[in-house]
Amino acid sequence: MATPVVDQPAAVLPGSALARPRRPGTRLTARNALIGWTFILPNFVGFAVLTLVPVLTLFYLSFTSSNIFGTASWVGLDNYQRLLTDKGFHTALGNTFYYAAVHIPLTIVVSLGLALLLNQKIRGVAFFRTVAFFPYITSIVAIAVVWNMLFSPEYGPINQLLGLFTDGALPGWTVSKDWVMPAVIIVGTWRDMGFYMLLFLAGLQTVPAELHEAARIDGASTWQRFWNVTLPCLRPTMFLVTVMITIASFKVFDLILVMTDGGPGRASLVLSHYIYTKGFVQFEFGYASSVAVVLFGICILVTVVQFVYNKRKEA
Amino acid sequence: MAARPTAVRTAGRVLLYVVLLAAAAGIMLPFAWMIISSLKMNNQVFTAPVQWVPDPFRWQNYADIWLKADMVTWLKNTTILSVTVTLLQVLTGSFAAYGFAKMRFPGRDALFLVYLGTIAVPWQSYMIPQFQMISGWGLNNTLLSIVLLQAFGAFGVFLMKQYYESIPDSLCEAARIDGLSEYAIWWRIMVPLSVPAIASLTLITFVNTWNDYLGPLIYLRDRELWTIQLGLKSFIGQYNAEHALIMTGSVLSVLPIALIFLAGQRYFVEGIATTGVKG
Repeated sequence: MATPVVDQPAAVLPGSALARPRRPGTRLTARNALIGWTFILPNFVGFAVLTLVPVLTLFYLSFTSSNIFGTASWVGLDNYQRLLTDKGFHTALGNTFYYAAVHIPLTIVVSLGLALLLNQKIRGVAFFRTVAFFPYITSIVAIAVVWNMLFSPEYGPINQLLGLFTDGALPGWTVSKDWVMPAVIIVGTWRDMGFYMLLFLAGLQTVPAELHEAARIDGASTWQRFWNVTLPCLRPTMFLVTVMITIASFKVFDLILVMTDGGPGRASLVLSHYIYTKGFVQFEFGYASSVAVVLFGICILVTVVQFVYNKRKEA
Repeated sequence: MAARPTAVRTAGRVLLYVVLLAAAAGIMLPFAWMIISSLKMNNQVFTAPVQWVPDPFRWQNYADIWLKADMVTWLKNTTILSVTVTLLQVLTGSFAAYGFAKMRFPGRDALFLVYLGTIAVPWQSYMIPQFQMISGWGLNNTLLSIVLLQAFGAFGVFLMKQYYESIPDSLCEAARIDGLSEYAIWWRIMVPLSVPAIASLTLITFVNTWNDYLGPLIYLRDRELWTIQLGLKSFIGQYNAEHALIMTGSVLSVLPIALIFLAGQRYFVEGIATTGVKG
């Protein structure tokens, strides 16, 4: 689109009296920029002050001993050195990677599966879509407390159901060190899958029907068409979904905080939770910030890697 | 294409429905359990085997909860926050989106990249400096802090920009020739044309603010300021053996959102699909 070259009466040009004589085009550009900025500013001021400034401050803070008493002295790399030997941090890092490693592929497979099922011409698609999306819009607290009851080892319905099929020991779920992570991953996947299903469904609409038709005429099976037609056409959606799930997995927090509070012991402690504990429970703002820098770094790194990978595939 | 025998087709169709119904039942099970338990006597919540129909139906739970928990205050605060945040987000978001989508000026694209870049930055990583800053302004422990936290998100800008870009530029051009100012074009042409996108953004922002737990957890200390999520969590801590009542509170916390969602789900779906599909 070209800059609107419309001659307007000088009276409606604010500040035009002050403008020195220039080529009319330049003045229009300057005026356009001014108006453009007034559109963006109300949101941008809030966004810059409340998001950009804290993000930049974070790095400074991570090099200080900032705490509840308001004293903050420069401590250089001390906080980062402490990370190397902090067992709590290592546990949190390990659990976060555990969550991400299982939750990312599981959610992609389940939500893509749902989207493929619902991308057919059948009755009731809208109903099933609503059902699948519903968990995503309900509050974490209600969800966490219900699932905790469902997972209750002795009388919970889940273990009662499992008991029908096996006589062996049943999982302790949220009270067991080994089963707590699978439990929160199940709930996390259940909650998130409807959202990503919608993204996949939108992506599936962009797959040309003629390609499927052509492949079918060439004798390709359903499975072959999925691998050779659907998946390649879905690549932009797949990229977006992967980036979003990855970030969401590494920052996972509120679900686990309400469900297990990181327990039993530290068995479900994740990075965000550790930042929260160090910062808002023990008030070690400086040290907590160095943990936050690690979380920040992981998220940026995986996004950049996926971005580069996607670009290379595109070329 | 060779026609497959109808029997096989019908069988496939039936199988598809069986799979979908089973999945739907599985997904909705927690909500069913929540509602059923909210109508039980407390000692009937955990039984072996599971009792799927409450006997008797204890509607009394829905009266008791208002006495035992300060639901009125929590719902009031949550409503105030959700409405304020949604208004600000829709207003500033669509305003900024017009600048990004329909105006050309130096620095515009660089600025948009800054917005885009923050998608990859989780709030959890900068919540501490943000908390220090907002506390420094003396706004810790006020509802205003949550408004600030939620109202200027980049999401609204993305969603509205995406939608504005689907509106032909020729419309704006024509309006400019007719002598309308940019602000008038936004208000009199773009806003009326983008009602579906505004509906999406309104619903999504409202629900997000309603459900937010971490922001209020960090900022709101006084009981009079608590939101429904904070209140429900504290209620669970206080009455942790009152399973039936906890479920009653949970149902009440989900109910407004469920109604809003069911009424406007088309807009939810479209809003998420438009922001997602272009990436």
